[in-house]
Amino acid sequence: MSGGGKQHFDKVVFKRPDSLVDVKTHFCPGCHHGIAHRIVAEAIDHFGMREKTVGVACVGCSVFLYDYIDVDVVEAPHGRAPAVATGVKRALPDHFVFTYQGDGDLAAIGTSEIIHAANRGENLTVIFVNNTTYGMTGGQMAPTTMLGQKTSTSPYGREFSNDGYPIKMAELLAQLEGVAFSARVATSSPAQIRKAKEAVKTAFDMQIRRMGLSVVEFLSTCPTNWGMKPLDARNRVLGEMIDYFPLGTFKERKQADFV
Amino acid sequence: MKDADAGTVHREFVKGNEAICHGALAAGCRHYFGYPITPQNDIPEYMSTHMAAHGGVFLQAESEVATINMLLGAAAAGKRVMTSSSGPGISLMQEGISYMAGSELPAVIVNISRSGPGLGGIAPSQGDYFQAVKGGGHGGCRIPVLAPHSVQEMYELTMHAFELADRYRTPVMILGDAIIGQMKEPYTPGLCEPPGPIDKPWATTGCAGRPRQHVKSLYLKDDDIERHNWKLHEKLQRIEKAEVRAESYHLEDARIVLVAFGTAARVCKTAIQWARKEGIAAGMIRPVTLFPFPKTLVHETAGKADLLLVVEMNTGQMVEDVMISTSHHDKVRFMGKPCAMPTPDDILAEIRLLAGKTS
Ligand SMILES: Cc1ncc(C[n+]2csc(CCOP(=O)(O)OP(=O)(O)O)c2C)c(N)n1
Ligand code: SF4
Repeated sequence: MSGGGKQHFDKVVFKRPDSLVDVKTHFCPGCHHGIAHRIVAEAIDHFGMREKTVGVACVGCSVFLYDYIDVDVVEAPHGRAPAVATGVKRALPDHFVFTYQGDGDLAAIGTSEIIHAANRGENLTVIFVNNTTYGMTGGQMAPTTMLGQKTSTSPYGREFSNDGYPIKMAELLAQLEGVAFSARVATSSPAQIRKAKEAVKTAFDMQIRRMGLSVVEFLSTCPTNWGMKPLDARNRVLGEMIDYFPLGTFKERKQADFV
Repeated sequence: MKDADAGTVHREFVKGNEAICHGALAAGCRHYFGYPITPQNDIPEYMSTHMAAHGGVFLQAESEVATINMLLGAAAAGKRVMTSSSGPGISLMQEGISYMAGSELPAVIVNISRSGPGLGGIAPSQGDYFQAVKGGGHGGCRIPVLAPHSVQEMYELTMHAFELADRYRTPVMILGDAIIGQMKEPYTPGLCEPPGPIDKPWATTGCAGRPRQHVKSLYLKDDDIERHNWKLHEKLQRIEKAEVRAESYHLEDARIVLVAFGTAARVCKTAIQWARKEGIAAGMIRPVTLFPFPKTLVHETAGKADLLLVVEMNTGQMVEDVMISTSHHDKVRFMGKPCAMPTPDDILAEIRLLAGKTS
């Protein structure tokens, strides 16, 4: 290329979604939070809802959601995002409302709020990022921590006799009548990312069609606290995590129970 | 509200708890979230019955933790919101109240308090004074606290609470108790104007036509969180300067001045009337705002009076604010009844005793 000036392309095949802010990421190398952010932003663009969206950020590494996704955001206390989102949605029923929560946030301190928002069939979308640890606070054991996994509060490995079993939230939530859609996805390969995009779009569509609560669980990485290189972390997802936390759709409502 | 018959005044004969609901609806509150607990159940029951007819939202949450966070969400969306609870439930809400104070969200939180600590009992009590007034939530959070002593005030101060909440962007607490909540008496709605609508350009309502904005309390950089703390402090100072309310009851010539709020103040009024019949110059300061506390009035009155008798339905909490307000510590006396309403006879006996001492 000579002569400088702007390059001309016939066709744009890949670009930053409009709803994704053009800033440097603070996430660690190999962390999949950023991929989940992009997928959410793409889905917001897909439905053209940026200006009618209110996001609810949780407490955890993803609290800075509002620095990355170009929509209004309310910050919820740790675990309470589904209750905050309930308040927002009841106040603004025609808006699009989503929460973005980690596994400590949703599956430990916030179990009550997610179960009851789901059971009420709140017309919300929940993006649930499961990295089997508490990222922000330094890699402590979460309810999703795998058996045998060493964390800073399970230094000898998680043992069911003391700490119980890793909790499968996508399956659990699928049992509730109020849930319209529940799926588990991963972002460790291009094929998985494509499926994750489809799942998030379906989840958003459920809300738009007022079908009830939709949840997408992302199997994510935390190389920093797992003590792994990014590629090894990705491989851990592809191996032992997917073995225990199977990918797939556990519930998909075809028709609204209520309008 | 005007009656069809010219010249007559429209009055309502209701419980204090119901008057709070009337005040909230008159103030334009259309979003109520709550969880059952005695002695405030009349409030969620009333709201569940009437909110739909007003085009509003009533939602019974799964816990007070969820309640306060639903309140947070609806307040962030720019609505006038209210919840009510009692002791244990208010304790569960404290994290959320702190978040709301930190995020500068307007809301009205009613505490029809009961006795404690722990599960305590459902007897009337003013044992939640410290929790309400000193900031029960973490991180130095403090919010205005209003203390009605009649059904009329349950109505009026609820409307006032919404006005304060919106004006200062803060949660506001109404601190009542089982007596004032359950007591029925007539009130006149027409004596007080509801607050008008107010613009909330900060609300998270979707970023149509403007840059995105956030409701949050997280400020990770040292400078930012420090600045935010000073900003909140400065707001509290403005509230302390402009929003103190207190009733002066027979203060002009009073030698023995009672200091009491809410139900206790109501009983004190009777005792003061009886004392005056006996020739004892008794009077009362009744703080209507517990925070901000009427410090100046207390101090000036303490200078002139012989004695201050603080009467509370607890073992001594507001008395500390009285002590902070004045340097005349030697004049301050306390009378408390933690889990019941003192009778006018009890209080009169104490006044007589003090009058004997001072004469
Ligand atoms: C009430 C309360 N308890 C504890 C914390 C501390 N805390 C902050 S983030 C966090 C866990 C976050 O882990 P997770 O939800 O898995 O998200 P991640 O950081 O891994 O994305 C905890 C325990 C808090 N902020 N509030
Ligand atoms: S600590 Fe873990 S979850 Fe947090 S940004 Fe780093 S890799 Fe991601």
